Amino acid sequence: MSLLHHAIELASEATTTAAEGAATTAADAKATAGASSAGYAYGLAAIGPGIGIGYLVGQAVSAMARQPESAGMVRTTMFLGIAFTEALALIGFVVFILLKFV
Amino acid sequence: MGSPFVTRLDGPAPEVEVARDMIRRALPAAPVLVLICAAMWSVDGAISSAYGIAIVLGNLALSAALLAVTARISLALMMGAALFGFLLRLGIIFAAVLLVKDADWMSLPALGVTLVVAHLGLLFWEMRYVSLSLAHPGLKPRRPTPRSQQPAPKESVAP
Repeated sequence: MSLLHHAIELASEATTTAAEGAATTAADAKATAGASSAGYAYGLAAIGPGIGIGYLVGQAVSAMARQPESAGMVRTTMFLGIAFTEALALIGFVVFILLKFV
Repeated sequence: MGSPFVTRLDGPAPEVEVARDMIRRALPAAPVLVLICAAMWSVDGAISSAYGIAIVLGNLALSAALLAVTARISLALMMGAALFGFLLRLGIIFAAVLLVKDADWMSLPALGVTLVVAHLGLLFWEMRYVSLSLAHPGLKPRRPTPRSQQPAPKESVAP
């Protein structure tokens, strides 16, 4: 009788451990998915603005080199363009911090 | 004989003027954003929002300073500064958030909302003035000079 009782206790403990393990695995998987999504969000959000800023500044430098008299206007527009393009990266960064840390 | 192309830009830096203008406009608008964040996320939200505004203004000022300094040296260096400055400033923002993310007063949603809203809001506000002055340079709004500092009217000469 005591042996049977011990076996039932062991089976109960095994069931509880398996359930806890499954819960831990699910939490780990969720954390891993969140971290990788955050990384993709930040990385992909920085690629586009990088290309955009490179193109924008390249064209602006070309314009300034050819027409120095319009350099002031070109630089003003270029600075605002850089800041607008950078807003995309900032949005990606905000998504990153919200996914990763909240 | 000199090169037909310009390789550096001396003189006043319009980026610095634009950034200074945006910071000047942000100072009266910042308390409104801080109050909104305080209403939504309490005191933590207000402090986080103020921190976010400081990050945005510092980012704009650093960007303008980098471009202005490098434009006086070389246009190629300015292009490099624009690209690597982008990476550098993203890294600085990341470090600034990482440093305080576990602080008691930090509310990350408030910080995130402030970063996006302050950056885009200031840019659109400034773009309004810049586009107006670029389209109609003669109509650029100026601060009215006091009557005491105005030059005396010239006497008309009879023909």
